[in-house]
Amino acid sequence: MFGYVTQELLLGFWTTLQIFALTLLFSLPLGLVICFGSMSRVTPLRWFCKTLVWIIRGTPLMLQIIVIFYGPGLAATWAQGLSEQNALTSWIASWEVMDRFTSIIVAFSINYACYFSEIYRGGIQSIPRGQYEAGQVLGMTRGQIFFHVVLMQVIKRITAPMSNEFITLVKDTSLARTIAVYEIIWAGQQFITMHGLLWPLFYTGAFYLIFCGALTLAFGALEKKLNYYKV
Amino acid sequence: MAYLNVRNIQKNFGATRVLKGIDLELERGEVLVIIGSSGSGKTTLLRALNFLELPDDGTITLDGEVLLDASDKTMRSDEEIRKNRLHFGLVFQQFNLFPQYSVLDNLTLSPRLMAKSLPKAERKAKIQAIEENAKALLERVGLSEKAGSYPCELSGGQQQRVAIARALALSPDILCFDEPTSALDPELTGEVLKVIRSLKDDRRTMIVVTHEMEFARGVADRVIFMSDGVIAEQGSAEEIFEHPKSPALQHFLRLSKEK
Ligand SMILES: Nc1ncnc2c1ncn2[C@@H]1O[C@H](COP(=O)(O)OP(=O)(O)OP(=O)(O)O)[C@@H](O)[C@H]1O
Ligand SMILES: [Mg+2]
Repeated sequence: MFGYVTQELLLGFWTTLQIFALTLLFSLPLGLVICFGSMSRVTPLRWFCKTLVWIIRGTPLMLQIIVIFYGPGLAATWAQGLSEQNALTSWIASWEVMDRFTSIIVAFSINYACYFSEIYRGGIQSIPRGQYEAGQVLGMTRGQIFFHVVLMQVIKRITAPMSNEFITLVKDTSLARTIAVYEIIWAGQQFITMHGLLWPLFYTGAFYLIFCGALTLAFGALEKKLNYYKV
Repeated sequence: MAYLNVRNIQKNFGATRVLKGIDLELERGEVLVIIGSSGSGKTTLLRALNFLELPDDGTITLDGEVLLDASDKTMRSDEEIRKNRLHFGLVFQQFNLFPQYSVLDNLTLSPRLMAKSLPKAERKAKIQAIEENAKALLERVGLSEKAGSYPCELSGGQQQRVAIARALALSPDILCFDEPTSALDPELTGEVLKVIRSLKDDRRTMIVVTHEMEFARGVADRVIFMSDGVIAEQGSAEEIFEHPKSPALQHFLRLSKEK
C-alpha cells in the first residue's frame, strides 16, 4: 500500500512541480515588466501597474483562480445574450474557457509577478544613486548601467525575500485543487474518499518539506556565492 | 579662446537658484581649484560640467566645440549627452566603485562595453589594449597588487585611488574631483592628494573642488572662490590665498585655518 500511495502522490507532486516551475518561468520576467511599469514616468502606465498590484495583492489567490477560470466563460455567455453586438461584445462573446491547468498557470503567474515586482522595485530603489551616476560619467548607456552595474547588486539584495516567495509558492500550489487540478493534496485526499485512509494526506507534507528544504539549500548556496563582495 | 569655456551657467532647483551665472575659462594643462563654503554650488557646477545636471541656461565649449548650449533643446538626446560627457571625468566624494567587480574590472568595464561596437577583428586587440592600459593606471596609482581585490577589501584611500584610475581609463580631456578626500580618515588623505599632484606633473587638465587649503595652494594654477551661486573672486593661488580682496573670502580663509 505504501508503495502505491507514494506512486500516486508522486504523480500529484509532478503537477505541483509543473505549476511551480511554469509559474516562475512566467512570473519572474513579468514581474520585471510590472516593476518597470510601476516606476515609469508615463503616468497612465504607472497607475495601471500600481492598480494591478493593489488588486492582486489585495485579494486572495483562491478568488483570482476562480475568476480566471470561470470569468471568461461567464463574460462570453453574457455577451452572447446581448441583443445588440458591437466589436467589443462580439469579441468577448468569442472568449472560451481555458483548460484548468492553463487557468492555474495564468492566475499564479499574474499573482506572483505582482509580488515579485514589488520586491524588484524595493531592490532597485535601494541601489544608491551614486552607482547610476558613476555609470553615467563613465559613458555607459541606461541599459548598460542596469544590466552591468545595478542588476547584480539587486539580485544580491533580493535573494532573501525571493527565497521566501519561492517557498510560499511551493505551498500555494495546493490552491490548484480549487478548480480540480490534480496536484498532490488532491491526490492525498483521494485516499480518504476512496480507501478511508487519512495518513496519505499527512504523508504529502513530507514531499513539501523535502522540496522546500532543497530550495532553502539552493538559496543558501546562492547567497554564499554572492557573498564574495559587500555593498 | 581658452581650451574650456563656460559661459553663464545657471541652474535652479525649483525656486532655489543654485548657480546664478557662472563664467570660467581654463587652459589646457591647467589645474583649477574651486573653493567655497558649503552650499555655494561647487558640486552642482561639477555635475553640470559632467552633464549629471542640465543647466537652465549657459554654454560649455571645449576646444572650440560647443558641448552644451542650454537654449538648444536638440542637444539633449541621451546619445549626444553620453558622447559629450566623455570629454570630462568625475571622481566622486563617495568613490562610487562598483562593488561586485574586481578593481581591474572596475577600470575596464566601460571601455570594454564601448569596444563591443567594434568589428570583431579589431575587438580582441582593443580589449587587450584596454587591459594593459588599466594595469598601467593601477601601477600609476600604486595599486598593482590590488587588481584582483574587490572594493570592499580596500581602505577608503585605496578605493579613491581606484576611482581616479577608473576615470583615467576613459582618457577624459578634463578630470574633475569633488572633494576627493572629504570621506576619508585624515591619515588617508595624503595618498590621494599625492596621486592628484602627480597628475598635475603630467600636465593633466583638472578641476578640483576641495576643502584642503594647503593642498589647494600647492596644486592650483588658478583658484575660484564660489559664494552663493556666483564666482565671488578668482585669481592665481597666490592672489587668492595671500591677497584675498573680498571680505567674504577673507572670512572663509580665516574659518578654514581655524579648522
Ligand atoms: N537635487 C537638488 N535638489 C534641490 N536642491 C539642491 C539639489 N542639489 C543641490 N541643491 C542645493 O543647491 C545648493 C548648492 O549645493 P551644492 O551641493 O552644489 O553645494 P556645495 O558647494 O557642493 O556644498 P558642499 O561644500 O556642502 O558640498 C544647496 O543649497 C543644496 O541644498
Ligand atoms: Mg559639494
